[in-house]
Amino acid sequence: MKTFKIGGVHPAENKLSAASPIREAALPKQAVFSMFQHIGAPAKPVVKKGDEVKVGTLLAEAGGFVSAPIHSSVSGKVSKVDVALDASGTRRMAVYVDVEGDEWEESIDRSPALVKLSNRPELDSKAIVEKIKNAGIVGMGGATFPCHVKLSPPPGCKAECVIINAVECEPYLTADHRLMLEHPEEILVGLQLIMKAVGVNKGYIGIENNKPDAIALMTEKAKGYQGIEVVPLKVKYPQGGEKQLIDAVISRQVPAPPAIPINVGAVVQNVGTAFAIYQAVMKNKPLIDRIITVTGKSVKQPSNLLARLGTPFQQLIDECGGLPEDSGKIIGGGPMMGKALLSLDIPMTKGSSGLLIMNDKEARRAQPSPCIRCAKCVSACPMGLEPYLLSKQSKLEDWEGAEKNDITSCIECGSCQFTCPSHRPLLDMIRVGKSTVMGIIRSRAAK
Amino acid sequence: MANRLIISLSPHVHGGDSVQKNMYGVCIALVPALLASLWFFGLGAAIVLATSVLSCVFFEWAITKFLLKRPGCTICDGSAVLTGLLLGFNLPSNLPIWLIIIGALVAIGIGKMTFGGLGQNPFNPALVGRVFLLISFPVQMTSWPVAGQLTAYTDAETAATPLFIMQNAIASGDPAELQKLPDATQMLIGQTGGSLGEVSALLLLIGCAFMLWKKIITWHIPVSILGTVAVFSGIMHIVNPIYAMPHVVLMSGGLILGACFMATDYVTSPMTGKGQLIYGICIGLLTVIIRNWGAYPEGMSFAILIMNAFTPLINTYCKPERFGEVIRKEEKK
Repeated sequence: MKTFKIGGVHPAENKLSAASPIREAALPKQAVFSMFQHIGAPAKPVVKKGDEVKVGTLLAEAGGFVSAPIHSSVSGKVSKVDVALDASGTRRMAVYVDVEGDEWEESIDRSPALVKLSNRPELDSKAIVEKIKNAGIVGMGGATFPCHVKLSPPPGCKAECVIINAVECEPYLTADHRLMLEHPEEILVGLQLIMKAVGVNKGYIGIENNKPDAIALMTEKAKGYQGIEVVPLKVKYPQGGEKQLIDAVISRQVPAPPAIPINVGAVVQNVGTAFAIYQAVMKNKPLIDRIITVTGKSVKQPSNLLARLGTPFQQLIDECGGLPEDSGKIIGGGPMMGKALLSLDIPMTKGSSGLLIMNDKEARRAQPSPCIRCAKCVSACPMGLEPYLLSKQSKLEDWEGAEKNDITSCIECGSCQFTCPSHRPLLDMIRVGKSTVMGIIRSRAAK
Repeated sequence: MANRLIISLSPHVHGGDSVQKNMYGVCIALVPALLASLWFFGLGAAIVLATSVLSCVFFEWAITKFLLKRPGCTICDGSAVLTGLLLGFNLPSNLPIWLIIIGALVAIGIGKMTFGGLGQNPFNPALVGRVFLLISFPVQMTSWPVAGQLTAYTDAETAATPLFIMQNAIASGDPAELQKLPDATQMLIGQTGGSLGEVSALLLLIGCAFMLWKKIITWHIPVSILGTVAVFSGIMHIVNPIYAMPHVVLMSGGLILGACFMATDYVTSPMTGKGQLIYGICIGLLTVIIRNWGAYPEGMSFAILIMNAFTPLINTYCKPERFGEVIRKEEKK
């Protein structure tokens, strides 16, 4: 069975909510839309206090090419445009909407009927990318990179295939798994749209082998779509990393930065993104909701919720049986790469793939002890780096040495720290080094 | 509760591996050989091993507390116990207690704590202790009791070990000397003279297999050392029969103990597979060279210590294969 070549670890899967069908979360009383829901320039608000909005009304336009517009996910009145705490722990500009009723923009097709690509022959590459751009779609796996940018290859680069990331290698998360089981055809049409947008006729869907039901269903449904192949993958973290997935599926390795996947002919999109693209292009529905896994060992009802963007996390937890007594840490995303949240009032955004509640005991790190140079971090690193060395160089502020040892190639997957028998905070140190070295490289380029 | 959330960076989960698991894992892997040493050397083995382990643990504790004045306790991590066990395994079973204590002091005091404790030492502490004793007290350190004297300690009857026989054969240039070697099965099981822990090749290999299974070590170092010794001594044997057969060389002295348990020490061996292979091959070559042409019959300890010194250099030049490197190389062409 295929997988990536270098390193990797196998954390306990804990897919507690895998059997729980997607259910719709209730509307919030107030929805808060951060202007920073994507990588790149923040969105610019186009509404002001007192404006009436419907579901799908544009709240903010893209702040540049690498940016995305933001639409209201609720109907009601804009109560203020002000700062709000977001998942990164900072206060940033946001639009607050007080919810009244649930009125949708008329242009949105809310019927469940499947629209196939053959029903819409007039759609060409440019039209598809334009629709995706206007719908505010970003990478839904958590990276939140604006989708239309990836679908507009830089001059000189030619895409050869599209790979759908349905790996979901983060422990606990099951949103993508459920999406495949409940909306397989929509995903396949979404993939067709991406293929058409970048002008290729080969599409892959990479699924880890711990989801045999999804592999079987997608393989069955894919028979009706030309050029689409489902690729079962061996379970190994971080297979959902873009570079690891390309290596696993088509055996090509993206070189070190500044190279990007398109340099080896691959365009990778998350399975949730493919679904959102289907809805945007075929149903005229901007990105206003997503599936989020609310889970944790003490959570009463681990669930997969279809929730509107801007819903506060507190409400999502309440829908799953409330916050357990022994909660110690709330993580936005999965346990390997997610962010610990400062507060439950933080609203969900386009990149919220999961909400993981850890009990107090799980949440605490063990005391680190000296490095015993066991080299387990070196064999775990999926990028072939030397985490023990990079973390030491970062600590000693040897930026030159860290750059020479390719610290900027680190994808921050956390495999090194996960595997370290001395419980050393390897990735904490490497992050400091990586951002410093990247700053140095940028300032050098600016000169 | 909500205002008391724990905030930390990812990853938020850990694999559950620990220093203790690895150190005690190696200790468990040494148990079969330990039982064999008690079976063959009885009382002497028990005294030597107990003294060695206890004094290593004591010195680690005392130095941490009174000299370094560090808070906390490092003896629980298992590394001092392991050093003590390995040091004991490298000594003859008739060594007086005071010598063992000196060896432990040098191993822990000079070999390890001088550099800052666990993880900082450039040389394998147990081997530092052993080589110190070997050079300072060559007579006591090279008289090897005959196996099977269960109640004897310092009064045990001694005899030549296979290594001495081999060296004699080379010195005299007469291959007939090699006839005095015990047969291969005896050496495999361990009914020969030698250091405590190096007598039973079979049980040491079982311990090594356990460590490979538990992923405490990788195959690179043991295989490269044993392979190099087998090939090199095989060539020597074909060229001139005064050099012993390769399988006898492999099972004699501390070769297997060294290859599986001493050279694989995390702290003092290289970090990448490629580096470990270079390290292992060099240890193998050095061991055969010292055994055949050096002043000492046993070369394993010296070979490992010499290569320990090269480990930082190997780490500097042997980098793991970076992701995407293949393409980068192609681009350069």
